[in-house]
Amino acid sequence: MQNSMTTSESLVHARGLTKRYANGFTAVDGVDFDVRPGKAFGFLGPNGAGKTSTMRMIACSSPVSDGTLSVIGMDPRTQAREIKARLGVVPQIDNLDTELTVRENLEMYARYFDIPRSVADQRTKELLEFVQLDERAKDQVEPLSGGMKRRLTIARALINDPDLVILDEPTTGLDPQARHLLWERLYQLKRRGATLIITTHYMDEAEQLCDHLVVMDKAKIVAEGSPRQLIDQHSTKEVLELRFADQTRDNLNGQLDGLADRIEELPDRLLLYTANGERTLEQVNERQIPIESALVRRSSLEDVFLRLTGRSLVE
Amino acid sequence: MTAITQPVQAGPLAEAWSRIWRARRLVERNIMVYRHQWIIIFSGVFEPIFYLVGIGLGLGGIIREVPLANGEVVAYAAFVAPALVATAAMNGAVFETIFNVFFKLNYAKTYDGVLATPMGITEIAIGEMLWALMRASLYAVAMFVIMFFMGLVLSPLGILMIPAALLVAAAFAAAGLAGTSYLRTVNDFDVPMGLIVMPMFLFSGTFFPIELALPEWLVTIIQFTPLYHGINLIRGLSTGIVGIGQLWDLLYLLAFFAVSMWIAINQMERKLIK
Repeated sequence: MQNSMTTSESLVHARGLTKRYANGFTAVDGVDFDVRPGKAFGFLGPNGAGKTSTMRMIACSSPVSDGTLSVIGMDPRTQAREIKARLGVVPQIDNLDTELTVRENLEMYARYFDIPRSVADQRTKELLEFVQLDERAKDQVEPLSGGMKRRLTIARALINDPDLVILDEPTTGLDPQARHLLWERLYQLKRRGATLIITTHYMDEAEQLCDHLVVMDKAKIVAEGSPRQLIDQHSTKEVLELRFADQTRDNLNGQLDGLADRIEELPDRLLLYTANGERTLEQVNERQIPIESALVRRSSLEDVFLRLTGRSLVE
Repeated sequence: MTAITQPVQAGPLAEAWSRIWRARRLVERNIMVYRHQWIIIFSGVFEPIFYLVGIGLGLGGIIREVPLANGEVVAYAAFVAPALVATAAMNGAVFETIFNVFFKLNYAKTYDGVLATPMGITEIAIGEMLWALMRASLYAVAMFVIMFFMGLVLSPLGILMIPAALLVAAAFAAAGLAGTSYLRTVNDFDVPMGLIVMPMFLFSGTFFPIELALPEWLVTIIQFTPLYHGINLIRGLSTGIVGIGQLWDLLYLLAFFAVSMWIAINQMERKLIK
């Protein structure tokens, strides 16, 4: 292809990107973002924020309703086939070919991409090793665990040696071990120079994997930056979490005023945003407010999200 | 197998051809699936043979001869056998496109995975049609071979039954694809199978000449349905009694195929692209 990086070195370039469905629902409402090559770009937000719709437009599996979108320098409206030839897609819900074996899933996918058989055989072998499924090569897909299916889906997405890999909630529904194994594989992929776009509603996943994040809420982008930048900009260094007996909490009447930059009230606890959590806890104790338990921790993306939207990420 | 894909110059014909050519990947996929289970495909060969023995020879022992629409008389078995070539083509094509495509479309989400590759909706629809066509043709051709050795092919034109059966298979494969995209649950299968395929099988002139047996208004209705034309065409070639009627059958089946394919592609697009 001759028309690769035309849009100032961004692999995906979106301006005013909008997705309206036939029923009138606006899932993505005029978002702007740029994905740089070699980086892991994350969409963080709760379910229904518009992450998947954005991903599906990038993957050319959902038509753009309005705005500009260019993917690898090409227009999804007219060059979907050429774009898809260079993408790897890991959808939110696995759509492996359940009538084929593990190895056949990769072999057949290679055929869809017109990859010559000798190259396909070699890649199939390498990828099965990469995702640690070489021992299950001859097995059917259905008996595999959720984590294994996910890894096979990732291997499948890499069969065409893509310039850009799109992962929609890669670890949702997996147990902790399976998640960590998957993160490790994705991290390897990043080290090899792949460009990744990841959606997630797990802040730890975003912090682990993403160089650059946009926070989405209600079809819009509400903040953008590296995980560190987002925390620095939108939250304090530390957080003091306090739990009270019910009647104490009802009768606080501003006793905590002035102790923190900001106080967030959650159903089961209060979050006090402050530069020094231990110091704030001392002050709480000095005021003789009866607390049930206290926890000091560093600010996270969860706090950023809470600050920006007033809601938790995972509900 | 070619390894290099030529960059396609935009031009509607070249684009259409490149889609048809890419559609073979879906045929490959289905061959890969059935590689492990050829017996399932093979078992379908026997159904029309059982009908031929049970009805063609069984009833044929009593009925012996049947008058054709033009007044000529043929042996009952030679009357039924070409119709069974057509019904074999229909059943093979409809079974594949209704049941198997429904499963891939609604439960396995197989096509969502395929669509993330350079394959498009048109390729999927054409690929599934071609595969159903191949499977159905196997049954129709097997039936033709048996007919031939039983001496039931009465005319040298009978060799044209094979391309005619391919056309019938293609028409029903396309219709099955179009139909399956309207089904919502497994229970919906009863409608196309019980209320469309089964009556067509019985009342399209398969086992008796409808013009002589059914009221005129019913014959008129039947003449609008595709299996009637498939049987009329194939029986004409088998018996060698060919006229303008067979030309109409041919045109009807071509048009039916084209319209069904168009509906199938549009419906699949509506279902898969949101």
